[in-house]
Amino acid sequence: MDIKADTDRCIGAGMCALTVPEVFDQSEEEGTVVLLDADPPASRETAVRKAVQLCPSGALSVS
Amino acid sequence: MTEAPSRPVTFPTARRHLFDPPGEVLQWQRQGALHRMTFADGHLGWLLTGHAAARAVLADNRFSNRTELTHPPVAHPLAGQENRQLPPGFFLRTDQPEHTRFRRLLTGQFTVRRMRQLEPRIEEITSDHLDAMERGDRPADLVQAFALPIPSLVICELLGVPYGDRAQFQRDSAALLNLDSSAERMGAALVDLMAYMRDLVLRKRAEPADDLLGGLVASGELDDEELTGVALLLLIAGHETTANMLALGTFALLRDPAQLALLRDDPAVVDNAVEELLRYLTIIHMGPVRTALEDVELDGHLIRAGESVAFSLPAANRDPERFDDPDTLDVTRPATGHLSFGHGIHQCLGQQLARTEMRIAYPALLRRFPGLRLAVPAEEVPMRSHMTIYGVHRLPVTW
Repeated sequence: MDIKADTDRCIGAGMCALTVPEVFDQSEEEGTVVLLDADPPASRETAVRKAVQLCPSGALSVS
Repeated sequence: MTEAPSRPVTFPTARRHLFDPPGEVLQWQRQGALHRMTFADGHLGWLLTGHAAARAVLADNRFSNRTELTHPPVAHPLAGQENRQLPPGFFLRTDQPEHTRFRRLLTGQFTVRRMRQLEPRIEEITSDHLDAMERGDRPADLVQAFALPIPSLVICELLGVPYGDRAQFQRDSAALLNLDSSAERMGAALVDLMAYMRDLVLRKRAEPADDLLGGLVASGELDDEELTGVALLLLIAGHETTANMLALGTFALLRDPAQLALLRDDPAVVDNAVEELLRYLTIIHMGPVRTALEDVELDGHLIRAGESVAFSLPAANRDPERFDDPDTLDVTRPATGHLSFGHGIHQCLGQQLARTEMRIAYPALLRRFPGLRLAVPAEEVPMRSHMTIYGVHRLPVTW
């Protein structure tokens, strides 16, 4: 998996950190996405894809 | 097969059953996602009823949320005056990049982690209100005893608004969201709320405070007018929304004892049950609205620049293309992906706070009062049909 997170597009809704806290976090100051693991194990793929889908601002992508 | 509406529709508001969207929107939805709609001011725009199309438009920056560009889907007492009266910091109704400037100052305060840190205090507040309810008279009004005070106290503590002033701002906030308010009453409520908030901002400037408003004042990023608008938006959003979800959700569960028992007895169901109640009830039932800034093709239609699009989120969340058996309340279904918090850059800033409050409050209520039941026939519960946010005015319960 290759996950990309665009902090400029991010609006800090927190859907990614809520869905896969092992992979996504939010910064203390701005609440924008912090990518903890850009290449997580395959077992997390379903959850990561769900987080990408739920992101309201289109800040996440996975390939 | 019903016919697609051949003439422009008007925004349907009358819910025929307690928890269901108006029947017409679900019939129209079967014909397509987009319908011509006449707005309250005569503007000919569009009504959006489909989930995928609603999601697409809400995330599309070719559509604006600015008050002065959007037309009202239903008659609004402050129509034509609103854009003059809303303070500049009411950033819900701004576009990028102005929106981003406000939102970025706030998102750090509403992260998933911050909300987890609030859990012990929300549990304590919930428990205190359940204690008081238990000691009080039966029947009780669940709105006044439980659903309104818990989120109201939580948002007051978070923002740094004195809870002792609640009688005033709860009354004004309710008047502001009541579409049956006279223009004078609604205008006066807005003026009062803004004066109250401006006074609070000035006090925080004089005496620095360790709360969200105090922090915003200290940041030096916003002027007093902007701070007033931000504070007003957060206070209204913070207690009108969760309060209505808690009361209406409890009502829906009391009408469906099997679902209630699942939520009460199985902690593993709680998170998902909250999402399903958000989806099934969709209390934001008269908006949002966006206006096309350029011509946009959608679902085989051409939305022209300047045309407004009104969303029926209750219909979008009952779209069978997105949710199987959508009219059934099923707390075990995968319900995420609903549009109850919106979508796109304006998606609810406080959604993780709302989730945290609901995840704590519903099970705590149901476990404290296993015999909780309505104290009046369901049809006598006064519904908030003509309010910006749906719910119940009162919910008489006993146990």
